[in-house]
Amino acid sequence: MPSTDQVILKIENLTKIYTGTVPALDQVSFEVPRGQFLAIIGLSGSGKSTLLRCINRLIDPTSGTVIFNGMDVTRANDDELRRVRRQIGMVFQHFNLVHRSSVLTNVLAGRLGYVNPAWALINRFPAKDVDKALRQLQRVGLSDKASDRADELSGGQQQRVGIARALMQEPAMILADEPVASLDPVLAHSIMQHLEQINKEDGVTVLCSLHFLDLVHRYATRVIALNAGRVVFDGLPKDIDDHRFKEIYGKEAERVG
Amino acid sequence: MKNAADWRRSLTIGLAVLAGLVIYAYGFQVTKINLGETRSERRQTQLVRILRALAKPDLIAYDATEVQINAAVLVPCPAGGFTPSAPDSSGPYLVVTPACTAPGAEVKIEGFNFDPDTSGSLSFIPPSGVSLAMATYQADASGHFVLTAKLPKRESEEPQYVRTITSRTAGGPHLSQNAKDTWEKIIETVFLALLATTVGTALSIPISFLAASNVMKPIASSLTSVALSLLALPVGMALGAGAAGQMAAVRDLLMQSTLVPVIGLVASPVILFSLVRWALPPEEAVRPALGMRLARLAALLVSALIGLLIVYLLSSLSVNLGRGIALSLGAFGFLGLFISGMGDILGTSLGLISALAGAGVLIGATGRLGEFLAARLPTAVNKIINIILTAATGAMLGGGIAAGLNWLYQFKQANAVLWWFAAIGSGLGLITALRLPASTPLPIGSVIYTLTRTVLNALRSVEALVMAIVFAVWVGIGPFAGTLALALHTVAALAKLYSEQVESIMPGPLEAVQATGATRLQTIIYAVLPQIIPPYISFTLYRWDINVRMSTIIGFVGGGGIGFLLQQNINLLNYRQASAQMLAIAIVVASMDYLSAKLRERVI
Repeated sequence: MPSTDQVILKIENLTKIYTGTVPALDQVSFEVPRGQFLAIIGLSGSGKSTLLRCINRLIDPTSGTVIFNGMDVTRANDDELRRVRRQIGMVFQHFNLVHRSSVLTNVLAGRLGYVNPAWALINRFPAKDVDKALRQLQRVGLSDKASDRADELSGGQQQRVGIARALMQEPAMILADEPVASLDPVLAHSIMQHLEQINKEDGVTVLCSLHFLDLVHRYATRVIALNAGRVVFDGLPKDIDDHRFKEIYGKEAERVG
Repeated sequence: MKNAADWRRSLTIGLAVLAGLVIYAYGFQVTKINLGETRSERRQTQLVRILRALAKPDLIAYDATEVQINAAVLVPCPAGGFTPSAPDSSGPYLVVTPACTAPGAEVKIEGFNFDPDTSGSLSFIPPSGVSLAMATYQADASGHFVLTAKLPKRESEEPQYVRTITSRTAGGPHLSQNAKDTWEKIIETVFLALLATTVGTALSIPISFLAASNVMKPIASSLTSVALSLLALPVGMALGAGAAGQMAAVRDLLMQSTLVPVIGLVASPVILFSLVRWALPPEEAVRPALGMRLARLAALLVSALIGLLIVYLLSSLSVNLGRGIALSLGAFGFLGLFISGMGDILGTSLGLISALAGAGVLIGATGRLGEFLAARLPTAVNKIINIILTAATGAMLGGGIAAGLNWLYQFKQANAVLWWFAAIGSGLGLITALRLPASTPLPIGSVIYTLTRTVLNALRSVEALVMAIVFAVWVGIGPFAGTLALALHTVAALAKLYSEQVESIMPGPLEAVQATGATRLQTIIYAVLPQIIPPYISFTLYRWDINVRMSTIIGFVGGGGIGFLLQQNINLLNYRQASAQMLAIAIVVASMDYLSAKLRERVI
């Protein structure tokens, strides 16, 4: 039931406590309008990855609710969760491709939420999915690499395969967990431009955790900053002045971007 | 300057050394180490004898012909004396002096041209042809001997003979019977290891997932669903076995004619294929209505029945076909026997497979039903349902345990035991349901994981040799018992090694595939399998290597293969024959070692 609501994602009092009493996420609440490019910043360990993974429940939150497209993700059963997850593409810092599988198979994996699970037993995808995968590879400029093994590709190419995999899901939203942190600056911009293009042309909402403020200024339309699992800033990228910067990154931090 | 801590350290080390000494001294006594024994002359001659025999493996033989060597004598001496004809000096010959003498007199017997350093016996042959033992000889290095012996008191006017029989080699060398036996048995050994490894591998793969913590630990179910699934287990098995029985009956009906089964075998896959195509659409954007889903479920059930029938027909036809062609294939008749054997195995195991599949399907369905109930029903209603279900499950489990105990120990009051166990089980279930909150997920995955690991550890601690003894009692002495024992041990060992590989896969790709909405099955096939295939192949080869080594000695306990021959020859003190078998084992094990190392290098 795709809702026409302007808010695609609504997070209320989301808390995650791994072990002990220190929360990785502490009462996080915010809303994301459809089509936004939202950057999430913060120090390592501030809870960015946990927040993104709680949204599609790769990690089960301790309390709070996540509402995606009008559907309560935190209370979804297996079947509902599958339907939610397939609408949310995800891109990872370490690309998370299956190394020994071909590039094409890795991209096709994006359809797993749609195809009948029984077909996995004979390792088959419908012909139209294969066509679609080839088109996505063309879009990210890797059509000649389809039959290569994923680990033969360079880092930047692997991340583009990761994006193609996310696009196969025809996602309404993409979660990108530090997608450029393992890449050099030139490649970083190429990957960010791909995400920007998907955001602008296809209208896909993007939630992207980032380390470099220059990337945030260049690509994001809104920023949420986390510190020790709490939201310490929520606003436009240009509003992050030196004072805010110190609040987000701590007193000793030095601004580089 | 030493302080107190240093002193204490020195004291501890001193005590530890002392304790070590005592332990070793005791071990020395227990293992009955006696160097005097190794130095004693008797033991040393035995050792030399065995080593020399082992150094000459019995592999080559020559055809031998027996040659009689006679020297004529006359007893008693005739008037004119007696001069025997000149012996043939091209081969071994005997000279008796004097050539005629009185009965019972001593004569000198001289032998020439005998094989150097050989011994033999001399006999006296009177005209009646009986053989009377006279003496034994020992030829020297040049094949010559001299001895004196007493003639028996036999008188005759005709010449009588002093005779010895030696064997002479004839023709070229050829493989000895022992070499042929060794070859036959070493082939049996290698294939025993191969079959045990393949069967063991096939069984270990699914088990390894049950024993992998990263796959199993996240699985949790509500009490409702666990209880329902446990109750569904016997029901599902009964349904599956029943379905298989029905289809076997249909098969028997069809098999009465020759043409119908063939037509059925051609037509039913087509029906099956179209049914499955319809029931499992590759991709669906929206969830279909309930009626449609039920229709599809029915179609899948029908397909399962058709599938069973196809496999049954296939098994019967291949049994018949295999038997038919086995006779006409001649030397390759074993292929026909293999086909009919596979058909037989397929037909026999299908009932079990179907029962397991039925249980699997019903457990899956009731598990989902349980989750649905736990999520939708009000807590109080759920609690009541839980209490009823858990009590029933407890009674069932208790009854099952009691039935097992009754079977093992043959209690006199079997019924009483059954009722008591069922009552206790249901009581425990009741308490569980009352104490646990209605919808808390139970870590059922961890329970299965722990159970699997425990069973595997227990199995692994029983040596394959011991298993072979049990199997030899069950299926008789021979390679089949050895194959079963090695296969079982392979499952225990490989499932653990495999599961550790599953546990050490990279979590990243797993996470990525899960994030696309993949189900558990899809995640395993697309994210786990590609990562574990290389180590799986590597471990399988390693295990084959071990199995070849094990299969060489499993014959010691009746498991077939070359060990049987080796043990027999050692017991009969045929060390030269045993040596050939040891040589064969060494060659096979070494080449397997080399081969599997090379193959593993390539895989990784």
